[in-house]
Amino acid sequence: MAKKAKNSVLKYTRVKPLTNVLISCLFIFLALICLMPALLVLIVSFSSEASIRMKGYSFIPNELSLAAYAYLARQTGYIGRAFLNSIGVTVVGTVIGLVTTSTMGFALSRPNYRLRTFFTWFIFIPMLFSGGLVASYMINAHILRLKDTYWALILPICCSSFYCIIMRTFFQTTVPDAIIESAKIDGARMIRIFVQIVLPISLPAIATIGLFLTFAYWNDWMMAKYYISGNKHDLFPLQYVLISLEENISFLTRNAQNMTAGTASNVPSETVRMAMVVVSVVPIALSYPFFQKYFVSGLTIGAVKG
Amino acid sequence: MSLTKAKQPAKKKSGSNGSSFDNLEIFLLHLPTTIWYLIFCYAPMFGVVIAFKNYKPRPGKSFLWALLNNSKWVGFDNFKFLFKSSYFPIMLKTTILYNIVFIILGILIPVTLAILFNEIYSKKLAKTCQTMMFLPHFLSWVVVSYFVYAFLATDNGLINRAFHFVEASTGQNHNWYQDTNFWMYFLVFLNVWKGMGYSMVVYMASISGIDGELYEAALIDGASKTQQVKYITLPLLRPTISIMFIMAVGNIFRSDFGLFYQATRNSGALTSVTQTIDVYVYKALLEQSNVNLSSAAAFLQSTVGCITIVAANLIVKKIDPEAGLF
Repeated sequence: MAKKAKNSVLKYTRVKPLTNVLISCLFIFLALICLMPALLVLIVSFSSEASIRMKGYSFIPNELSLAAYAYLARQTGYIGRAFLNSIGVTVVGTVIGLVTTSTMGFALSRPNYRLRTFFTWFIFIPMLFSGGLVASYMINAHILRLKDTYWALILPICCSSFYCIIMRTFFQTTVPDAIIESAKIDGARMIRIFVQIVLPISLPAIATIGLFLTFAYWNDWMMAKYYISGNKHDLFPLQYVLISLEENISFLTRNAQNMTAGTASNVPSETVRMAMVVVSVVPIALSYPFFQKYFVSGLTIGAVKG
Repeated sequence: MSLTKAKQPAKKKSGSNGSSFDNLEIFLLHLPTTIWYLIFCYAPMFGVVIAFKNYKPRPGKSFLWALLNNSKWVGFDNFKFLFKSSYFPIMLKTTILYNIVFIILGILIPVTLAILFNEIYSKKLAKTCQTMMFLPHFLSWVVVSYFVYAFLATDNGLINRAFHFVEASTGQNHNWYQDTNFWMYFLVFLNVWKGMGYSMVVYMASISGIDGELYEAALIDGASKTQQVKYITLPLLRPTISIMFIMAVGNIFRSDFGLFYQATRNSGALTSVTQTIDVYVYKALLEQSNVNLSSAAAFLQSTVGCITIVAANLIVKKIDPEAGLF
């Protein structure tokens, strides 16, 4: 009853219908701008190569064809391997990231932990000051010898202070101290409390951070660019395949005169390149609408200082 | 409370409140993370010494050996060299100017959109638009660079084919990837395009937290829509805006590597508008193997960045003690 009254009162604060039309048009326009490039790439990937040559990239190709995807399906060695690499790195990275983030978040949320302030600053300082690319590169590549291994793609980005703080805020606000106290009275160890009591009721936070991590790993190409040599094809994640493809094409087009006919045909056509982009984007584009609310809640907690 | 106290004498193990055993367990629990931070965040901090040395690798010897034994301490020489190089003014100018524009637009546009968003009659339309606007945030810059290429490619790109932009002098299609004036504005557009859905959501979440009764009270007092926004929405958004502002200003010397390097396809002709500090550090280290200049630039970036974020936080705290980041 009260809600109905409230809604009807607020109805009087609605903007004029004309303003509503203008605002709606604005948002439709912005939404289209965000969607259009993806649509163009999608349509190009379904165009025939001949149409591209004659008409260029266009929303309305001369003819449609599945040739690009057929070609990709045959390239299981190269593309399929990159796809599996991306999936593997993403899964392992997300799991490791969740373990590190949630343990630190939980530790920092314990009010009677003596080293709490120390470690809060410990994880906060790297957000302010970083050693820089050179030092990180030298340590990761030469001292830890992670160059040209999968770990170079996983470890450097598995943990983030921002996510730790989100986790800490979540544990502080959602996990009642009473549960933990009663478990301690029953003689449970902290580790057991964490795994058997706190984690099962923290699934929203785990889902949120897990999603952030999954998307970060799937989209990451910088680690591959820094640490994977150009000829180690079987380590490339999907995004890096797209990069190296572009670099090869630029190289080849710059040296077009010096090439024999054989090497020229190795360059994937325009439609195939766009098909690869579609393949790497489709998992994300299809899944993120369902997980939107998790992102929003994660951002909310993170933006509200904990 | 008395329950806890009564049980305490019965417990044989160490006490239950803040005991050292509990502390030890918690410490062990987050030990892997601590080790991660030590290796990947704190160890590189020691690398700042690289900026003050003349690093000379010796074949057959490890990096650490070469750093400690084979590299002479040169004090500020690397920095002097960096300041004198032709790259330095470009990097400073691009990084700072772009960031100023990004910060201003990055607050004005999402806040405006968030406020307007609430006024749409049809919630379904609003939700759909929001979902679609969120898409660019989830794409990597590699993918975005392909999107851009589909529009701007010299021969096949949509723009050149549809609108026939032709060079007056050569009669050939306009090569967008060499047009610095265009990219100066286009980079700003790309940054806004990619971030507006995400930032908008942050402010929308804050707005939805505002008590509806405030608006009702204002309505009863006869406030118009604009007045409601000016006197209720904006002031209550101030904490969120100031946190986003501090974080953005603190990062004024950092830039989005993907935007400036990847989206532009690392076109050499565009260097004067794309060479930010991050791009320079990357190129100097991995393309030119110039460890000295790269680490000098990175050191400058980290140190000055740290100072700016602390300063920004202090300033904001002076205005509003609740709104600081730390």
